[in-house]
Amino acid sequence: MRLRYPDTIRIVRLPCTGKVDVGYILRAFEKGADGVYVVGCMEGDCRYNRGNLRAKKRVAEARRILNIVGIGGERVQMFNLSSAEGPKFAQIALDMTEKIKAMGPNPVKLKKMKKAA
Amino acid sequence: MIVADRKPIEEIIEYIKDRDKVLIVGCNECVTVCEAGGKKEVGVLASALRMYFMNQGKEIKIDEVTLERQCDHEYLEEIRNIVDQYQAIVSLACGVGVQFMSEKYFKTQVYPGVNTCFMGVTEERGVWSERCQGCGQCILATTGGICPVSRCAKRLLNGPCGGSSKGMCEIGGEVPCAWQIIIDKLTALGRLDDYEKLAPLKDWSKERAGGPRKVVREDVRQ
Ligand code: SF4
Ligand code: SF4
Repeated sequence: MRLRYPDTIRIVRLPCTGKVDVGYILRAFEKGADGVYVVGCMEGDCRYNRGNLRAKKRVAEARRILNIVGIGGERVQMFNLSSAEGPKFAQIALDMTEKIKAMGPNPVKLKKMKKAA
Repeated sequence: MIVADRKPIEEIIEYIKDRDKVLIVGCNECVTVCEAGGKKEVGVLASALRMYFMNQGKEIKIDEVTLERQCDHEYLEEIRNIVDQYQAIVSLACGVGVQFMSEKYFKTQVYPGVNTCFMGVTEERGVWSERCQGCGQCILATTGGICPVSRCAKRLLNGPCGGSSKGMCEIGGEVPCAWQIIIDKLTALGRLDDYEKLAPLKDWSKERAGGPRKVVREDVRQ
């Protein structure tokens, strides 16, 4: 399967989504990411039992904080799929890219760029 | 440990919004274990604040550091050389740490970054509950090692009130009746006779009611 997905996406590999931290997600936005999504295994299929369920809660917490700081919680999202679902992976990448494009750039990044200019 | 809970980010924003340089200081002990004020929480709060103010077009420099403890001179001293660079500190230690910092760095405003709640245990990750109120004269020896001072809503010292029902306290909210636990424990120990003994009047002056307290140990004092 030579599937294509948007090249604006940077993949950060983690051993398990249970390694995802609220801090990682926030830092991505602080560094200028327009959106972040976490792709984990199907619920109930985690090799470490609860990694993806922990990630789900951390994504929810990151959303809460992003709403407070004015970036918008919808810019972060979690998806669950199995490793056999390549086409779905590519589709999620497309959908997420479209969604974020429609929302426009990360407002904090814009402010930073304005300041630097 | 001392259990604390995170303060709303909005509250901390209010404290520091008129400052230019702020240091967020975490503590590696109790508040790390209860996930309110350790290095991770410092990182999350600092990142959130930096993004908030940047988005507001305000330039506030927000730095992070986490100390081993904030309730001992030696660790608090570690920031002596940098403290003057900041107009304010947000300490994510318990109220003890916040105060010691505030006393030591007298010209620096120190804000609390957490709500300090009680001395307690981790029942499970994400659930902490109270176990001790530092009454200054521990009576656990006669109560099966279960504390009625901190765990009985009425602080009764001689058995339960009439509101204990099916092991739960009448104040509701899923609070177990401390006296039910005490009686169960004494039964398990085969020491229910202890329950029959009247507890002597407790000296509450050793508790907070007697004013601010202090422990002085001449044998270890320098
Ligand atoms: S400052 Fe508070 S939280 Fe930190 S170690 Fe001391 S008692 Fe525990
Ligand atoms: S009796 Fe006093 S010192 Fe002992 S656990 Fe209860 S509150 Fe703490």
